[in-house]
Amino acid sequence: MLSIKNLQANVDGKEILKGINLEVKAGEIHAIMGPNGSGKSTLANVLTGNKSYEVTGGEVFFESKNLLEMDPETRAREGMFLAFQYPIEIPGVSNATFLKTALNEVRKYHGEEELTPKEFLTMLKEKAKVLGMDETMISRYVNVGFSGGEKKRNEILQMLMLKPKFVLLDETDSGLDIDALKIVSSGVNIYKNPNTAFLVVTHYQRLLNYIVPDFVHVLYKGRIIKSGTKELALELEERGYDWLIAEQAEVV
Amino acid sequence: MNEIKENPAEELSEDMKVLDDVTSSEYKWGFVTDIESETAAKGLNEDVVRMISKKKKEPEWMTEWRLKAFRYWLKMEEPKWPNVEYPKIDFQNISYYSAPKQKPQLNSLDEVDPELLKTFEKLGIPLEEQKILSGVAVDAVFDSVSVATTFRETLKEKGVIFCSVSEAVKDYPELIKKYLGSVVPYTDNFYAALNAAVFSDGSFVFIPKGVRCPMELSTYFRINSQETGQFERTLIVAEEGAYVSYLEGCTAPIRDTNQLHAAVVELVVLDNAEIKYSTVQNWYPGDKEGKGGIYNFVTKRGACRGKNSKISWTQVETGSAITWKYPSCILQGENSVGEFYSVAVTNNMQQADTGTKMIHIGKNTRSTIVSKGISAGKSNNSYRGLVRIGKNAEGARNYTQCDSMLMSDRCGAHTFPYIEVENNTAKVEHEATTSKVGEDQIFYLNQRGITSEDAVNMIVNGFCKEVFNNLPMEFAVEAQKLLAISLEGSVG
Repeated sequence: MLSIKNLQANVDGKEILKGINLEVKAGEIHAIMGPNGSGKSTLANVLTGNKSYEVTGGEVFFESKNLLEMDPETRAREGMFLAFQYPIEIPGVSNATFLKTALNEVRKYHGEEELTPKEFLTMLKEKAKVLGMDETMISRYVNVGFSGGEKKRNEILQMLMLKPKFVLLDETDSGLDIDALKIVSSGVNIYKNPNTAFLVVTHYQRLLNYIVPDFVHVLYKGRIIKSGTKELALELEERGYDWLIAEQAEVV
Repeated sequence: MNEIKENPAEELSEDMKVLDDVTSSEYKWGFVTDIESETAAKGLNEDVVRMISKKKKEPEWMTEWRLKAFRYWLKMEEPKWPNVEYPKIDFQNISYYSAPKQKPQLNSLDEVDPELLKTFEKLGIPLEEQKILSGVAVDAVFDSVSVATTFRETLKEKGVIFCSVSEAVKDYPELIKKYLGSVVPYTDNFYAALNAAVFSDGSFVFIPKGVRCPMELSTYFRINSQETGQFERTLIVAEEGAYVSYLEGCTAPIRDTNQLHAAVVELVVLDNAEIKYSTVQNWYPGDKEGKGGIYNFVTKRGACRGKNSKISWTQVETGSAITWKYPSCILQGENSVGEFYSVAVTNNMQQADTGTKMIHIGKNTRSTIVSKGISAGKSNNSYRGLVRIGKNAEGARNYTQCDSMLMSDRCGAHTFPYIEVENNTAKVEHEATTSKVGEDQIFYLNQRGITSEDAVNMIVNGFCKEVFNNLPMEFAVEAQKLLAISLEGSVG
């Protein structure tokens, strides 16, 4: 589904990604772990087309289409979804207006009819309920005055509404208490299906107890230095990253 | 309260239909037909003032009033304090009288500037209305008077007067003598004096005691048959317990050859009465290099004379090369309330210096000011507001919120708040913010499938929400679209 080949990228002229290679198939869950500053969030932003990040080399194919040639909204409409580490506030714009606009843009792109207001509302209320969200959030302004947990839940709500094919979770566990973490993870697990792939960017193993990955990759200084299964995450939890970095140094 | 407001765009077609219905009528009670097609020679002197008065068949007292204003104006200096720049105006190089129909009659929409048509389309203006606005000859079928007649009958039953000022001078001289110039005297300022001397026409509204005007009154009714005057004058009086909502302006782009517009609006509100005055201003802003465009120098003021009276100004200012206006409230009556909700958008080379004055005189008077300034391109947008609490204004309160949004690195946003408090029981609050449309906000919306252009519109409309909520429904919908058009191409 997603094929990343030798991807390199700069932020403010500084080289952050130094050649990423990764293959993700439909139905798989991949976790990207790594110490601070290793390039995890950069990868998520580059894949979704954030213009503050400059791609300097390599290629990415999303369902055999050249992803890097698409603008951010086209990537989104094609089914690429990023749950933001820090969801953005949009004052004066209600969650409902925002979600309805987004959903109809995606539907239009795929030649589907726009939802009627009633259909939309029914769907929105149903999904909000799954995440244990208060109905008042529907008319509240996008992320304005939301607690950290509410913001993350709002991201998952958007995922459930937009039904993307490829989901990037960028440090979705950061700032969440254990209850919120469980709810957010259950949202992901409900959505998990054979046609959808996940790339879970996380600092801690904790999240992976709830969203169980098929593969774990360690990112360090802009490169994937180790790949394995979920056991690798447990090992990292126990031993930290230093041994891996040392191992890496020996190889070089 | 889990109810969701639907996307207003969906209601648009219905609203436009209503609008179409009411605007498909010609304003039949202006002075338009009496006037020959001619334009006075350039320059201003007493003879010109007399000529204007004579053309309008005004009584002697009106002519005298104009002349007094003119003589006063001669002694005045053009104000220099606004934060705007423009070449000096040669007041002797302007023609002060011209017949209303200046637009060339075109035979079909094919002859209209395609840029203008594109804008009409985006605003969703019905085809027939497009023709009127751009000066295309209209079919006889369309030119029905039935709506206008029904409309006038309904008002007459309630005792509401809604007519041109010229007509009012003839038919209701006592009301005009009593109220015209009573809120904005000709001595008030340079442009108010000029307007009093040469005003072309405008609207007069009178709502008698205890009457709630059964419909929103709109200048839409007047714009069809007549180009809005260069020196417009509006007077609205609400007697005890009366209520009226008045809509001024038009969201359609108006290409006017008159460069200087100096209008005066006066509102008088007696005990327990209320006037809600909404404006959408979309005069020609000039081109991207700042060539052409209207200078819109307006004096708007309302007097809350009675106790528990209320005036609410709501304005959406997107047009004009220079906008310079401060719709104000004189809160004289006890417990009277003044409100000012404003969105001012400037793009390219536009300049706006706008705000309000809330003059608290009576006890327990309250005022609210919400100003949203949006600057794009190389434009300059200033909020200038005065809150004055007089020494007898026990318990007066004001809340001011003043937000600016910047859309480029080359535009400017300025805030000039003036607060004068002479009574220490008063409470005055002022909040101000300046923000930039964030790339992170745009990317967030992009990432959900929304284009950058739509994202900017969404962000800007959200920013203006509190003001739009105060506009009548059909205006709010159009104001949103208008904003989108005004800011087109300003980001990205």
